Amino acid sequence: MKNVNCLIIGAGISGVSIAYNLASKGMKNIHVVDKSYFTSGATGRCGAGVRQQWNTETNCLLAKKSIDFFEHAKEILQYPGNLEFKQEGYLILATSQQEHEQFIKNVDLQNSLDIPSSLLSKEQALAIVPHLNPDSFVSATFCPTDGHLNPFKMTEAYMLAAKRLGVTFSFFEEVKKINRDNHKIVSVETTKELYIVDVVVNAAGGYSAEVGALAGIDIPVYSENHEILATEPVERIQGPMVMSFSKNIYCQQVPHGAFLMGRTTPGQPHNHDVESTWQFLDEMAKTAIHILPLLGELRVVRQWGGSYNMSPDRQPIISATEDLEGFYIACGFSGHGFMFAPMTGLLLSEIILKENPTLPIAGLSLERFKHITDFEVEQSVV
Amino acid sequence: MNKKDIIICRCEDVTLQQIHDYLDQGYTNFEDLKRLLRVGMGPCQANTCGHLIQREIANYLNVRIEDVPVHKVRPMLLGVPLKSIAEDNDEEC
Repeated sequence: MKNVNCLIIGAGISGVSIAYNLASKGMKNIHVVDKSYFTSGATGRCGAGVRQQWNTETNCLLAKKSIDFFEHAKEILQYPGNLEFKQEGYLILATSQQEHEQFIKNVDLQNSLDIPSSLLSKEQALAIVPHLNPDSFVSATFCPTDGHLNPFKMTEAYMLAAKRLGVTFSFFEEVKKINRDNHKIVSVETTKELYIVDVVVNAAGGYSAEVGALAGIDIPVYSENHEILATEPVERIQGPMVMSFSKNIYCQQVPHGAFLMGRTTPGQPHNHDVESTWQFLDEMAKTAIHILPLLGELRVVRQWGGSYNMSPDRQPIISATEDLEGFYIACGFSGHGFMFAPMTGLLLSEIILKENPTLPIAGLSLERFKHITDFEVEQSVV
Repeated sequence: MNKKDIIICRCEDVTLQQIHDYLDQGYTNFEDLKRLLRVGMGPCQANTCGHLIQREIANYLNVRIEDVPVHKVRPMLLGVPLKSIAEDNDEEC
């Protein structure tokens, strides 16, 4: 039996960021448990992109402030390694007049929030990525401060910084039971230990609905497999991430030289499958070659899958729970938990410590799904 | 021979010294080492380094080599150009 002030469930990017932020604000005796190995969940399976081009204000603000942090993360967290942060932009293709008109609105919103995105003609887009198929799109948007960040290194940076502040971690330890006394959380039982707790944070990523259920809290999220592949490394030919919502692709060349690309497989069942399929490989290859014909020459070396934890409005839940004192949630990132992690950690630590939040948090609350049915849904998602 | 001169992963140029440094930091399974050092992420997909690293982990933890989990095997077995996949879409029975 152990007494801890705060038990964080999940050592992915959200969990480590929350742990670091709480510890840096002075909270003591924080422990993080994870059911598997380091970055075994969605964090270690993500596409490694960080972007600010969204169509809801909440997502734009989360992303903008997170990028501001990433720009100084190495110094702030005193990480000895290389975070592989590069800001060479996201180029997002419009493939129809309708999408082009939506993108005009998106850029207006983004610019109003100080995100330096702009609308580009086909010729301007081709100047940035010359190997684009000019017949595959009508226009594009570009934000030069979007980019790439190594998810493994970023997670390790947060973890090591948290450890220096006294946070402890255990891996291969799974939460089995969460005990409550009416409306207050009391203890957590894992495969190895019984923790007497004041605060529990559910940062369990793909398994956050199950962890919520252990505490008797209904969280309206589900998980689905999104697949991705990596090619052999080649010399640098593409600076920005190339993305299209309508063609269903994101594709970037990471600093290491490999191309990473992913897409959504329509009609996925809601479960924890993270395996690879030939159907994905087939569709991914066709889509990539249609938009970026040159990439046809590249060898695929590996494919994998990871869970998107989907919320009803495709925006995260970063929230306390009204029904259970001491139980906090960071989940439902809908595929974008990695790039929002700095704000996830900051905002949830402010909520837990009852400080004034840096951003409005009503739109991130669990309660929003009880009171509203016509959410503003984020559309800019692959 | 100096551990800095012994290449364990030839796809990503990872030395025995680096493996031992990360083992010392507490990263004691293949999946940890893969994510932080890129071992097993290159063209051979751990066909070369997988068993070498399994042995290093076994020695480090003082356990039997068969008790050290092997790396996750992912498709493809061999690198295949994207265009070969995209173009070979005839319905064959």
